[in-house]
Amino acid sequence: MRKRRLKGERLVTLLLLLPSVIAVCVFVYGFIGWTGYVSMSNWNQLLPDYTFVGLRNFLKLFAHPRFQIDLRNLAVFTALFLTGSLIIGFLLAVLLDRKVRAEGFFRTIYLYPMSLSFIVTGVVWRWLMNPGSPQMGSTGINLLLEKIGLGFLKSGWYTDPRVGIKAVAVAAIWQMSGYVMAMYLAGLRGIPEELREAARVDGANEWQVYRYVILPLLRPITLGAIIILGHISLKIYDLIVAMTGPGIGFSTDVPAYFMWETTFHANRFAQGAAIAVILLLMVSLLIVPYLIFSVRREAEV
Amino acid sequence: MRRAALLVFLGLLSWGLVGWAQPGKEYTVPADTTLGAVAQEVFGDSAYAPAIMRATNAKSLADPSFLKVNVLDMKIPAGAKLWIPERTWAEAFIAFWDPNRPEDLFGGGKLVVGSWWTAGGEAEGLNALFEIYGGYYPDVQIVNATIAGGAGFVFRAVIKPRLIAGDPPDTFQLHAGLEVEGYSPETYLTPLDKLFEIEGWTEVLPKDLLDLLLYKGHFWGVPVNIHRANVLWYDRAIFEEYGLTPPENWDEFFTICDKLKAKGVVPFVMGNAGGWEAAHLFETILVSTVGADGYKGLWTGETPWTSEGVTQALEILKKVLDYVNPDYAALSWDGAGEYLIAHKGAMMIMGDWTNGWFMAKGYEDYGWAPVPGTRGIFDALSDTFCLPKRAPNPINALGWLRVCGSKEGQIAFNRLKGSIPARTDLTPEEKALFNPYLQSCMEDFARDAIVPSVIHGAAAIESWVTDFKDAVNLFLATKNVAATQASLVEAAEAALAAMGQ
Repeated sequence: MRKRRLKGERLVTLLLLLPSVIAVCVFVYGFIGWTGYVSMSNWNQLLPDYTFVGLRNFLKLFAHPRFQIDLRNLAVFTALFLTGSLIIGFLLAVLLDRKVRAEGFFRTIYLYPMSLSFIVTGVVWRWLMNPGSPQMGSTGINLLLEKIGLGFLKSGWYTDPRVGIKAVAVAAIWQMSGYVMAMYLAGLRGIPEELREAARVDGANEWQVYRYVILPLLRPITLGAIIILGHISLKIYDLIVAMTGPGIGFSTDVPAYFMWETTFHANRFAQGAAIAVILLLMVSLLIVPYLIFSVRREAEV
Repeated sequence: MRRAALLVFLGLLSWGLVGWAQPGKEYTVPADTTLGAVAQEVFGDSAYAPAIMRATNAKSLADPSFLKVNVLDMKIPAGAKLWIPERTWAEAFIAFWDPNRPEDLFGGGKLVVGSWWTAGGEAEGLNALFEIYGGYYPDVQIVNATIAGGAGFVFRAVIKPRLIAGDPPDTFQLHAGLEVEGYSPETYLTPLDKLFEIEGWTEVLPKDLLDLLLYKGHFWGVPVNIHRANVLWYDRAIFEEYGLTPPENWDEFFTICDKLKAKGVVPFVMGNAGGWEAAHLFETILVSTVGADGYKGLWTGETPWTSEGVTQALEILKKVLDYVNPDYAALSWDGAGEYLIAHKGAMMIMGDWTNGWFMAKGYEDYGWAPVPGTRGIFDALSDTFCLPKRAPNPINALGWLRVCGSKEGQIAFNRLKGSIPARTDLTPEEKALFNPYLQSCMEDFARDAIVPSVIHGAAAIESWVTDFKDAVNLFLATKNVAATQASLVEAAEAALAAMGQ
């Protein structure tokens, strides 16, 4: 009797899950497969052409000067964005953890940029980092530097090919470091005061407490932050569109932007699909180990 | 005050157009008959019956005193009122109507017009076309499906998936020339050769433009206008102050630049935020160094990209970059134009839509000349409208194309858009309706050698345009002449091979 009811429950569960399972299979995994198929085709005009050409699109892509620049930009962006957000986020969390007055107020201020879309961030930072010119005058950060007598620090920001993507990273760090702060703050609050006390009793100074007690305990938080920021960084597109476009000499170009242009402007649908596949592989290098890690942990619990 | 007068004038003009824009005549049936017999009588051919049915049904939607014809072979009772369309419309209808689509015999429905005309001037021009269309076809509901973005940058990306998915608008905008290759027209568009023939457009459109419109032996779009890409705009106040005259060649250009730079004026302004503006500049420099025929040959394979003229053009571009505004990467072309308006920058090179923008800004102190070394050459681009194969309302779109190609349509549209009509049969009185720049542009267009713009879709297929643009964009940072020329050669080889397929 009991066994049969269980079976019935199971059936209902299965039926309830089925629609979303089918939808995810078709619209996520089906389309991933389709993109992979297109990436190995010869589809280079509007009219689809599914002739199989193997890995030719990938080989061509890696030899493409623009794609090489894009990969370099992406590496620089990811490195700066991750380290910047983690360091600033951690420092903010540590400061807020000192039981400052009006902590809620500061927390909200630091967290707010995250509620903006990258499009808004992009437009704002585009104006802030406007290079200006001697004839038309400066605006934004350059104007600020001028006013406080630091005019020699003025820069072309994202319009200077030597700065390029690094300027975009600044905007991204501004937006996401508050989020990292919130994650670290939650982590810090979870560390019992006794552990710190014990370390201090053992003669550790404040620096050593953080270095040898707090940071190791926060490692899961750091890992989570890296995964979340990392996949945002690899997929970055909207911030670039709103802030800079591909830039002079592709100094602010990223693979996602190139994918859009080559697909819908050069009609190289196969090449666009190949870029999509490469992006997917890069993101999965980051996500899959994390998934394995968390599944294993769930099993342990 | 002047604006109000203009509005009144335009109002009268459009009212006048509606007034005489009734294509056809009323016809009361004397005795019981059929549409075939009526068609035989008025057109001399009973095959025109479906055209009469469609025209009468469309009319009856607005005026119920006209007969509603339910089937083609319906008995028409004596005394019934029919609407006989004008002959060219009837011919066009018969040429394009698909007998498997009886729904097209009833009129009404929508006309979805896709374009990227959202800014001042161009949006008003488009509205003028809508007004004329509404006068001809009051039964049709017009849907203005615009998507913003200069030179159709975003629009094209949206329209392509819709074409593949079989869900196109009824008609949409594309540049005349090889841009049409990017839409695989043999699969997705309807050839318009018969419409060109019926409307006599092959007689009134310039031969260079007709050559440009032909792709794989067919016409795929109806041109509404002509823009010129190779124009040098300059601030007259600065030029007068320093006693300068517009440069005729690049040596003169750089002499002027040196003089102005010493005075603290930005000699040459440009923007490149859209990513295509520098390539536009380079295109016009190319025209100046290899000449009209040489330039045309670059896109057909007759002029090699390894030639000296291409090297010279890159050297000139490199030198121009020494004189540009430092913030050019952050500005669009109109942002760069602000330098001229503020009298802080002296010259810029941009297409003649700049003229409309200057007027909209109330800036009158500007002068124009051909880009140095291109006097007598007209670097042209043209906007056209096409008919997608799977357009939901092809007959409504057909009416739209006729308006686009008509004289009244082109005059009303171009005066507001700030371009010149594609038709060359304007009378002197009609030409006088246009502003001084456009009048001088019409004269040049009639006299000059016409070459197709590459950045604006005329000269090359889209993949080539993208490679060309990318090569120039990379050059802005590297300033490496040899490497850029090599990548231009490579792009040409790949594109010519693809076109040979």
